[in-house]
Amino acid sequence: MSPLTTFAIAVAALRRNAMRTALTALGLIIGVAAVIVMVAIGNGARSSIEDQIRNAGTNVVTVSAGSNSFGPVRQGTGNTTTLMPADADAIAQQIAGVRYLSPGANTRQQVVAESANWNTQIQGAGADLPAIRTWSLEHGAFFTPQDVQLAAKVAVLGSVVRDHLFGADSDPTGESIRIKNQPFRVIGVLTKKGQAAFGPDQDDMVVVPYTTVQKKLLGITHLQNITLSTADGVPFERVSAQITDLLRARHQLSANQPDDFTVRSLEEMASVLTSTTTTMTWLLASIAAVSLLVGGIGIMNIMLVSVTERTREIGLRLSIGARDRDVLMQFLVEALVLSLAGGAIGVLAGCAASYGVSHIMQWPSLVTANAVLLSFGCAAAIGIFFGFYPARKAAALDPIEALRYE
Amino acid sequence: MTAQDPLIGVRDLTKTYVVGEVEVPALRGVSLSVCRGEFVALTGPSGSGKSTFMHLAGCLDRPTAGTYQLNGRDVSRLSKRELAAVRNREIGFVFQGFNLLSRTSALENVELPMLYGPPVPAKERRRRATAALEAVGLSARTDHHPNQLSGGQQQRVAIARALVNEPALLLADEPTGNLDSRTSIEVMGIFQRLNRERQITIVLVTHEPDIAEYAARIVAFRDGRIRLDNAVEQRRDAVEELHRFDAETQAA
Repeated sequence: MSPLTTFAIAVAALRRNAMRTALTALGLIIGVAAVIVMVAIGNGARSSIEDQIRNAGTNVVTVSAGSNSFGPVRQGTGNTTTLMPADADAIAQQIAGVRYLSPGANTRQQVVAESANWNTQIQGAGADLPAIRTWSLEHGAFFTPQDVQLAAKVAVLGSVVRDHLFGADSDPTGESIRIKNQPFRVIGVLTKKGQAAFGPDQDDMVVVPYTTVQKKLLGITHLQNITLSTADGVPFERVSAQITDLLRARHQLSANQPDDFTVRSLEEMASVLTSTTTTMTWLLASIAAVSLLVGGIGIMNIMLVSVTERTREIGLRLSIGARDRDVLMQFLVEALVLSLAGGAIGVLAGCAASYGVSHIMQWPSLVTANAVLLSFGCAAAIGIFFGFYPARKAAALDPIEALRYE
Repeated sequence: MTAQDPLIGVRDLTKTYVVGEVEVPALRGVSLSVCRGEFVALTGPSGSGKSTFMHLAGCLDRPTAGTYQLNGRDVSRLSKRELAAVRNREIGFVFQGFNLLSRTSALENVELPMLYGPPVPAKERRRRATAALEAVGLSARTDHHPNQLSGGQQQRVAIARALVNEPALLLADEPTGNLDSRTSIEVMGIFQRLNRERQITIVLVTHEPDIAEYAARIVAFRDGRIRLDNAVEQRRDAVEELHRFDAETQAA
């Protein structure tokens, strides 16, 4: 029998029981749609997180004083005083691929304005910090290298600090604040960056020159960290290795001594987060795959019922010259048509639902060809797998028994 | 009985079913020949072996022993696949329960056997199916579904289906078992006409003596053997019987 005839017979049989066909296919439609939507949600979440990280700058490398490596004596980061401004200069001058660099020294202080005060992070930084963080200013300007050199008492406020000290959306440029009883001139306000995907609120801080923190606020000569950004396409691993070698040499560490600093990048962090969301995606997809499996079992169930119910039909077909192979093919193709039609509708439904979800969540729409092909392929495989047993059962029927079946 | 051209030649046919460890003999050595153009009724009580013989004659099953020549060819040792082809081309079946596909038009039901044989173009299938339905007097109901047809009409669709591949042999298994008296006579009339006009060989299984008398020859089975094999002396004619039946009904 030609494949086309087999197909026509299968479609005719499915149409004879349209309602049942629709309900059976529904199991698979939901399964396929669920896989696609779950993968789309997972991908959407991942790309949303990746966007946030990119926003923070994936090419940003942080060198922190102190080591968290497992030496015989573990020192907490920040308690080490060996990271010096000269190290920062050396990195900037000697390591290729470093674009911007900002030495850092932080402290937490009470900031007092005329009518309000607020306890916040005072971040000492270099003049290049906005370039590293791709941060722009809402009002005023950032401090200059000259301010850094002079340890000028100038401050750039995060928007949260501005809101607390001067009221929301105000422009306090030129106003005066006091930090540790010393007057600072407000020269700018940073644009709102929002809560970071990790860590504290990036808007709840005051940025001042790092030299000012060292000399006027803490009375130290060392740095707590160095933040730098690399040029595009420069691999983090190479920069990290070079910084490590350079600093170890400068700090005169012997081979068996642990690093007294830590080099980290956001890229590293990003890959951890990405792999977390990938795991999440797989989790969601495998839950959805269960419903796909249940849909497949639904098909097998209905096909088994159908074979029993149509025993006399099978007997008749055998008596008018159908070979067992013809019967096998008929039921297999029926299951296949059922699952492929269900799969196709499921793909459409899944795409529609994914677009709906991404619209609501403000995510980019992320129906991937992989998810579509995978779930559709699964649907087809399920059709063959779960259709085969009932079909073989039908083909194995004895024509005489089948004809007599009541 | 003409001896010159046997369509069915059966010699020492034996069929034994094995149920568990018990062997149940259904046929204990049957020899019979049916010539082309004959109209034979197989009778006998249930368990007599007439149905088993019918299944073997219809190539639905293979004998335990003995030979079966159909249309000059030994079919008793063919494979399942070859038997399917024989059923498709040489044999037409009519059943007690009609066995039509539900929610499928009469025409499509009749076209069915052509799907399992050598490829026939859709147009030609349709033409042949229409012709077969015309032959049983159902040309006006080609688009009707079985549930829109009476029992007699359904059985006529089934007869058209059995005829559509122009088989040499028509096997009817209790074809009037589900029909009322008048419709039974009508259906027997169709068989008689097909036998007379087209010389189609018909083998009919029935346990009703009066239905058997529409055939020209009665073969009676008992306990897996042929007990009697006689020509019918006073053969019934369906046209006359129908007149008589209607007259009696009117009188009553």
